[in-house]
Amino acid sequence: MNFDFSSEDRMIQEQVRRFLSEQSPLSRHRSVMEGESLQASDVWQGLADLGLQGTAIPEAYGGVGAGYLPLCLVAQELGGVLAAVPFSSSVYLATEAITCFGSTDQKERYLPKLASGEWVGTLAVSEGPHAPSPTNLTVVRSGDRLSGKKLVVPHGLAADFAVVLVSSDAGTDLVLAGLEGVERSAVEIVDPSIAAATIDFAQTQCESLGEPGDGWAMLETVQHRAAVLYAFEQIGGAEQALNMAVAYAKERFAFGRPIGSFQSLKHMMADMYVALKLAESNAYYAAWALQNDAPDLGLAAATARVSATQAFQLCARDNIQVHGGMGFTWAFDCHLFYRRSNYLSLALGGLNEWENKLVDALPSAVA
Amino acid sequence: MDFSDTAAETDFRQTARAWIQDNAPTYLAAPLSGSGFGSTRTGDFDPIAEAKKWQKTKAEAGWACIQWPKEYGGRGATPIESVIWSQEEGIYGKLSGTFIIGQGMCAPTMMAYAGEEAKLRYLPKLASGEEIWCQLFSEPHGGSDLAGLRTKAVKDGDTWVINGQKIWTSGAQHSDYGILITRTDSDVAKHRGLTMFFLDMKSDGVDIRPIKQANGDSGFNEVFFDNVRIPDAQRLGEVGDGWKVALTTLMNERLAIGGSIATGFPEIQALVSELVLASGPASGDQAVRSKLADWYAKSAGLKNTGARAISALSKGEIPGPENSIGKLVAGGMMQDIAKFAVDLQGLGGLVTDPEIARSQAQIQSMLMRSPAVRIEGGTDQILRNIIAERVLGLPEDMRADKGIAFSQIPTSQDSGTR
Repeated sequence: MNFDFSSEDRMIQEQVRRFLSEQSPLSRHRSVMEGESLQASDVWQGLADLGLQGTAIPEAYGGVGAGYLPLCLVAQELGGVLAAVPFSSSVYLATEAITCFGSTDQKERYLPKLASGEWVGTLAVSEGPHAPSPTNLTVVRSGDRLSGKKLVVPHGLAADFAVVLVSSDAGTDLVLAGLEGVERSAVEIVDPSIAAATIDFAQTQCESLGEPGDGWAMLETVQHRAAVLYAFEQIGGAEQALNMAVAYAKERFAFGRPIGSFQSLKHMMADMYVALKLAESNAYYAAWALQNDAPDLGLAAATARVSATQAFQLCARDNIQVHGGMGFTWAFDCHLFYRRSNYLSLALGGLNEWENKLVDALPSAVA
Repeated sequence: MDFSDTAAETDFRQTARAWIQDNAPTYLAAPLSGSGFGSTRTGDFDPIAEAKKWQKTKAEAGWACIQWPKEYGGRGATPIESVIWSQEEGIYGKLSGTFIIGQGMCAPTMMAYAGEEAKLRYLPKLASGEEIWCQLFSEPHGGSDLAGLRTKAVKDGDTWVINGQKIWTSGAQHSDYGILITRTDSDVAKHRGLTMFFLDMKSDGVDIRPIKQANGDSGFNEVFFDNVRIPDAQRLGEVGDGWKVALTTLMNERLAIGGSIATGFPEIQALVSELVLASGPASGDQAVRSKLADWYAKSAGLKNTGARAISALSKGEIPGPENSIGKLVAGGMMQDIAKFAVDLQGLGGLVTDPEIARSQAQIQSMLMRSPAVRIEGGTDQILRNIIAERVLGLPEDMRADKGIAFSQIPTSQDSGTR
């Protein structure tokens, strides 16, 4: 037994951290958020130069083949700087979907381009202000054509193709659809840095991913695997939000003393630390379960997801509280974390959904 | 990273499992499963006698305090092996409650500060459960403010004369020995005037009075010292270094408690799986499911945090103040769980008679014992201070007692002499 990442994994993490601290400061996030560019394409290219999009993609398909453990640590670093790149959608979702369910031909066509960062993929599931289910999908697939509207496709404006959840004669399918020429429009969401889109498919060409009719089950598999990686982004973000709060509380004086010496604030930050620590430990276990396809991956992923969502939401929220009025200004970075924490907690379905997945995965009670 | 056993660990696990199968007191399994935190249920058998018996059986076969060096009664096992052992010991581990303070806190302090002769004399009997130890720290005037303690030790030739009072001493009434922190100098700042000893609890002048607690039990005691004499050879650390010695004890306390702390999760899960509410099975109720998920995530988080601490320990890293989170999370969680579990059962959930209430009134005893978990061994508030100051590096609170002699520190009016 060894419950820590290897020094090789940590070296990759360190390399990513150095790169991001130079190339992806929060000001870079802000420029994307304020509309100067769609995504931080220079950061995306830099990550590609380091081979990071292909971290877990097998070498046979143009990846590094280093597995999921280093990818988890990459996710943690990206989460910490709120990187404005489509990494989560492209790597954790689209790449995973094709790796798990693509035919050899599909893997050969897609994975090398995903690994090199040349293509950006995304996953299109949501259709409106309600949780999707196998019975309420309005995007329909008929043969190799796709029609209907997906609302809030993360990184939908930046993506070259999408894995789309659709309704079909077989029930629910996953399909691959190129997005060139497809009508897309920007949709404003709480986190403007993720280039969210409405995509209007009109007789768009598509091909099946996996077996028709298996769409919902495949979606759940992909989301469980992605949940582990999202959890690392979330703990990365939570950690930075906590660091910001602590740094500010040491610096800012009121009533003749640093506000960090008041127990009301100390205890708030101690609770942030506790939530973070629990989430981090659950994410570590889930990383191992993902890498080893452990039988309890479902439970481990849901547990990591619930803890990480709780931790980032708490840290982002109370970071604003520690900053007082300044924390509610546009100029301070607190709201960037608050926005991102809300995006990440809904990106794969909300907390309530994951609580249910967790309880369903629990081994039965020992009475 | 690898959460599964290596070949050597598998061997060790099998050896441990086989030995436990052959030797464990299986007749206690049923009552032990109804034990709540702070109450060990052994049915018709005496809990202390049964605890001692199991401990002795383990010691004779080399399965007691397995991480300790062999010459002190242990097995020289690694931290990971120790985790494997406690996983395998399972429910019978609940019998060790009587020894936790001695083995988990007094022993590491003795190992760090006692002379070799004393270690060889006391540690093996502590490991085998023949002798029980307690920790005499808290006082009526010094609980959270431990360094504000007033029990005095005055040197007289080769011995020290102790006068004063301790309180909240767990298990003092069953103890043979104890470690005792005293004030040896009131004219220096409070942390600097303390000295640590160990003593025979049967010494003349030691008066132990069990406290009737809010839950009706009497696990805690008041201990009075009236001219009790302790040989200077039983001093632990230098005169005036008692605070440093106490920190060794407290750090081990958090590790000892934090690793395997009870949270109440298995109990609530068992209840939910069999309870039917007006709306249908409790396991299908959305509010119940949401709570269950939250508590499972927390208990898994604690378990995995413990596993990481063990890994750090295996690499020779010293466990730090971050281990304070264990009791902080578990204490509040146990209280919340007990309250919620009682709520689910309606008025009938308040029945405390173990003959009538489900699972021998385990939930009800958790409800009544859990307030103490949030206080003993560092209150929730003290633990948050430790995390804030020692882990996050936030500035200390403004203190009225900083840098002044203990005898000059402001105190409440009726607080007696110092």
